[in-house]
Amino acid sequence: MNLLLKGGRVIDPSTGVDQVQNLLIKNGKIAGRVEEGQALNDPELDVIDISGKILVPGLIDMHTHLREPGDEYKETIASGSEAAAAGGFTSIACMPNTHPVNDNRSTTEFILKRAAECGLVNVYPIAAISLKSEGAILSEFWDLKEAGAVGFSDDGKPVMNSALMRRALEYASSLDMPIISHCEDVNLSAGGVMHEGAVSAEIGLVGIPAAAEEIMVARDILLAEYTGAHIHIAHVSTKGSVRLIHEAKARGIRVTAETAPHYFMLTDEALRNFDTFAKVYPPLRGAKDREAIREGMNDGTIDTIASDHAPHARTDKELEFDYAANGITGLETSLSLSLSLVQEGILTLPELIKKMTINPARILHIPKGTLAADADADITVIDTEKEWLVDPRMFRSRGKNTPFQGQQLRGKAVLTIVGGEIRFRDL
Amino acid sequence: METPLNVRKLDRKDILGIKELSVEEINLILETADSFVEVSTREIKKVPTLRGKTIINLFYEASTRTRTSFEIAGKRLSADTVNISASTSSVVKGETLIDTARNLESMNPDIIVIRHSAAGAPQMLARILRQSIINAGDGAHEHPTQALLDMMTIKSRKGGIAGLKVAIIGDIAHSRVARSNIHGLTKMGARVFIAGPPTMIPYDIEKMGVTVHTRIEEAIRDADVVMALRIQTEREKQCIFPSLREYAQHFSLNKRNISLARKDVMIMHPGPVNRGVEISPDLADCANSVILDQVTNGVAVRMALLYLLAGGSNT
Repeated sequence: MNLLLKGGRVIDPSTGVDQVQNLLIKNGKIAGRVEEGQALNDPELDVIDISGKILVPGLIDMHTHLREPGDEYKETIASGSEAAAAGGFTSIACMPNTHPVNDNRSTTEFILKRAAECGLVNVYPIAAISLKSEGAILSEFWDLKEAGAVGFSDDGKPVMNSALMRRALEYASSLDMPIISHCEDVNLSAGGVMHEGAVSAEIGLVGIPAAAEEIMVARDILLAEYTGAHIHIAHVSTKGSVRLIHEAKARGIRVTAETAPHYFMLTDEALRNFDTFAKVYPPLRGAKDREAIREGMNDGTIDTIASDHAPHARTDKELEFDYAANGITGLETSLSLSLSLVQEGILTLPELIKKMTINPARILHIPKGTLAADADADITVIDTEKEWLVDPRMFRSRGKNTPFQGQQLRGKAVLTIVGGEIRFRDL
Repeated sequence: METPLNVRKLDRKDILGIKELSVEEINLILETADSFVEVSTREIKKVPTLRGKTIINLFYEASTRTRTSFEIAGKRLSADTVNISASTSSVVKGETLIDTARNLESMNPDIIVIRHSAAGAPQMLARILRQSIINAGDGAHEHPTQALLDMMTIKSRKGGIAGLKVAIIGDIAHSRVARSNIHGLTKMGARVFIAGPPTMIPYDIEKMGVTVHTRIEEAIRDADVVMALRIQTEREKQCIFPSLREYAQHFSLNKRNISLARKDVMIMHPGPVNRGVEISPDLADCANSVILDQVTNGVAVRMALLYLLAGGSNT
């Protein structure tokens, strides 16, 4: 089926386009713009009027947890893919902290097979840096790349061994793949369940100092500089990390960075009532950190917004705060929360779209995030004015764990097209 | 200046922390407690006030004085009290706190008193259960009944709290007693100074309105009240201090450093006391020590709370 998306404001940062166009999709590929009246007599053509809406390259989330294999009660590749499509994402990269850990060819192939079976969005596996993410022995990078992995990360666990991190960077660099670093000094963070600051001091939860993240960001930047390899810093949460990355970029070091919506939306104040839905790792930080993250988004220090979608079952969250699982289900709220940066004037709409499309595509070296002619027709249509209430019961994700429950948000994906096929429609 | 009493009834379901109590509510609780002191001195130490009410003491953490104090308080008011400790409960079979609590709720108790090693556990129960929840200590968060009995003890000796200089010495970071007392004492108009090794002082604690010292002499100087906190000896292994010996040398209350305080200084300790570590033995037993008065007042404060939460008023 061929599609004509008519009358939308097309924003494609990869080609610099920002104008009202009619976009034609043929055989799953972008066929280009057409003038009014052209091509409309094709009986095979499905015309969708998207006047007043924004049309952008399909959104990419480079940091998702799909929980399959191993924790299917929290999420499956199918339910996560559905959630992604509903959130406007056409491509997602999934982290390897499954059971078993994705540190081998067969697990990577299993993920891709399952993703193809449900056939909703593009799923790109990220493989583990080390076997079982234990930080001791490198995974078989070459094999994993051949199987379809697009990057390496021991996400959820830091690589504490600097020598291993150095070797990982060198090896991944030769394969033209990024190392995605979960930055945390586990000795400094030990026992911590929230940000260390005035709130933790008052409510008596063990704090994690910002330095626990920043020390490792500094180390990884030094290793990237030394090896010339590309390091990508995952889920940046502190002011100090933003500063370190900013300075490293200015010095020409190959470092990129992501943050997640909760780090620019919330602070540790959200934990005053011990709300386990706001328990996340790294933890929600203080007001100055949140401000620095926003500035880092504005000045380009932070390249991309990732959802860090971390679905959990009720039983993982309905526990004493110390014992509750970390994470927020994010695929279905990420875009709307990110649009608030546009509404608040921190980013222009094209700048935001860049951070959610071409930037993650470039970091992962995947042929996505563009509306250039002949590119795969992965498209997201956004209604920036649509108001909606966050009701986790309506989520496609099995994870209903969101601290944004009950909030009224403005802006939402209303049409998600993957390879020319409609995967989600709310028009 | 203390605010005049203008609340006569406790209009809340739970007692989770001192943080959320108003000055009026604290005054009401302390006045009610005063009226219950006499009951404990009678030959027949029992009044029929809470006859037919059921109180569950749900203790997930070891405790002698707090649990006994709650149990005695309930019994002196003629309530039926049931004690559950984690080691003998379904927790050892893997049941979650919420499931345990929902099962207890189904047996229709009136008040659940909970002690838990995890901060926020009482808040979680209060959100989901219809019963009144009393926090008997949650992690390093709050221990409201301890702070209330401390305030009652201070008030009965000093006649009031406003304007006093109170020094709290020791492991502030891991102390729920310190946090509840900081909330309560600052709210009631005292000036609170804390002192301890820097590893025991939480980051940004100044924002709670206290003055921080790392030398106890500075905190003790001219103090009206000095409160020593218990040192949990297992913390030594967590590298927050080099040795008990060194701690005792620099942070123990003794005759020499207490002489910097006012002559009529009150010496307090929430117990259990490590004699010779937090406080020298002679000081723990001297006339200025109110350590046992604190225990006595604990029963009265807990009687007051059970009574007020079960629907009573002091009018």
